[in-house]
Amino acid sequence: MGQFLQQLINGIQIGSIYALIALGYTMVYGIVRLINFAHADIFMFGAYMGFFLAPVMTKIFGGAFIPTIIAAMLITGLLGFVMEKLAYRPLRYKSRLSALITALGVSIFLENFCALPFVFGPAYRAFPDLIVAGNLPISASLGLTIPYVLLLDVGVSVFLMVLLFWFVNKTLIGKQMRAVAFDKPTASLMGINIDVVISTAFIVGPALAGAGGILYGTTYGMLGSPFLGIWPGLKAFIAAVLGGIGNIPGAVLGAYVMGISEAFATSVNSNLGYGIAFVILIGILLIRPSGLLGKFMPEKV
Amino acid sequence: MLLEVRNIDVFYGSIRALKDVSFTVEKGEIVSIIGANGAGKSTTLRAISGILRASSGSIIYDGHDITHTPPHLIARMGISQVPEGRGIFGNLTVQENLDVALSSVKDKKTAGPNQDKVFSLFPRLKERRRQISGTLSGGEQQMLAVGRGLMQNNPFMLLDEPSMGLSPVLVEEIFGIIVEINRLGKTILLVEQNAFKALSIAHRGYVLETGSLVLSGAAAELRNNPDVKKAYLGG
Ligand SMILES: Nc1ncnc2c1ncn2[C@@H]1O[C@H](COP(=O)(O)OP(=O)(O)OP(=O)(O)O)[C@@H](O)[C@H]1O
Ligand SMILES: [Mg+2]
Repeated sequence: MGQFLQQLINGIQIGSIYALIALGYTMVYGIVRLINFAHADIFMFGAYMGFFLAPVMTKIFGGAFIPTIIAAMLITGLLGFVMEKLAYRPLRYKSRLSALITALGVSIFLENFCALPFVFGPAYRAFPDLIVAGNLPISASLGLTIPYVLLLDVGVSVFLMVLLFWFVNKTLIGKQMRAVAFDKPTASLMGINIDVVISTAFIVGPALAGAGGILYGTTYGMLGSPFLGIWPGLKAFIAAVLGGIGNIPGAVLGAYVMGISEAFATSVNSNLGYGIAFVILIGILLIRPSGLLGKFMPEKV
Repeated sequence: MLLEVRNIDVFYGSIRALKDVSFTVEKGEIVSIIGANGAGKSTTLRAISGILRASSGSIIYDGHDITHTPPHLIARMGISQVPEGRGIFGNLTVQENLDVALSSVKDKKTAGPNQDKVFSLFPRLKERRRQISGTLSGGEQQMLAVGRGLMQNNPFMLLDEPSMGLSPVLVEEIFGIIVEINRLGKTILLVEQNAFKALSIAHRGYVLETGSLVLSGAAAELRNNPDVKKAYLGG
């Protein structure tokens, strides 16, 4: 029982990080029907921003976590904005395949550029401590280990997700985003500037991935290399597909399904954790081809 | 002159959907464009609202050349289009559809009273404001599309087959509403399959045939024109 609960909370922890990444995939897909492969690298970029900024932030503010995560989100948001403007906007009305290939290209470019010695470098780096290490005192008596960082991961993710839900459902720009996702020509008849809405999705999604990067660094205490985004990115992408790509609650659900199954699979065999993502994906898509919360919608062109 | 369309051509790829089309709309008028399926009526409205581009010719609205203006700016300049087939945002609630229409409205203070007006014209929308609009009935969706256009509170409205798919009672109602909003000061360009109805509320009309305007005149005149009668009014 203790073991079961332990895997469950471990899964919720990793699922929270996947959720922050998955949301960006799904938002961008919902609006421009593009799978932004480079999203995984934006997550990586956010993690490295944490590495470089944390010492500076500690100097300026004393505490590091909150200023660092905010700064990383601003920077990754900017990165997403620039990426869309330079790489994707010129292809907006071209074939979807060329945009997809461009996304792959941007991803490979970012990974290799960041791995250059004068950028981030290819080497392993220890991630600075942004919060005090340790476990929740009561956790041992429950037969569980609940590190503070787990609470941080879940708390920050849930906070950001609530913020996002509010943004998407209650603000004018959020409603505009959903309208644009449904029907662009009609949205423009409403006076909606489609470019602004697309840019917003490319800022908000990457900012969330940047936050995910900070949580990732804090959780694992190290950054392997600028290729570190690939696996979490792939799993988060699968989570988004699982939940029904384009669907925001779906991405969150998919991410937790993914995180929890992975935690259980890893506890059985550490290699199983990697494969399980695909097994779940195939299993669920066989039963529900449009994902857990996805609907088949007539696609407007 | 509120709107002047001068010699526009519109293409879909290599298909020429409009050929050298010219017409005008005066402030305060209801002008109707009638024509068979595929004549180019919707294309004409889309060219005015900017979601399609004229490849030659020009479109002047209220003294401004809007031929190359992007659609969201045209909406902000004062033209609302209620698109064919309703075009509501099925993933948004009724209320959210109305909210989103405010994107073209600068002075958001007018939104409240304006929404009250929309709800008094379409009480059904008020009852259903929290419903996801994709689950509304066809007639209700049509009301929402018109209501959403009215939320924009623009002086000029392009209506593309507002009566499509409505029961006879609702058709009466929607035409009544068009006359009503025209009386309140809006200029209307109305595209209709239901040519008889359209010509009975319009001041003037144009007949479009495979991409070209072939006839124009006062609505009453067109209604009595033997060719129009034969082709569009069922004898
Ligand atoms: N997206 C498109 N691609 C190619 N051809 C199109 C497209 N939209 C319309 N057309 C063609 O352009 C012509 C004019 O179409 P349009 O929709 O303007 O007709 P309409 O007069 O509105 O007809 P209806 O009364 O059936 O709505 C038609 O021949 C149609 O097939
Ligand atoms: Mg039409």
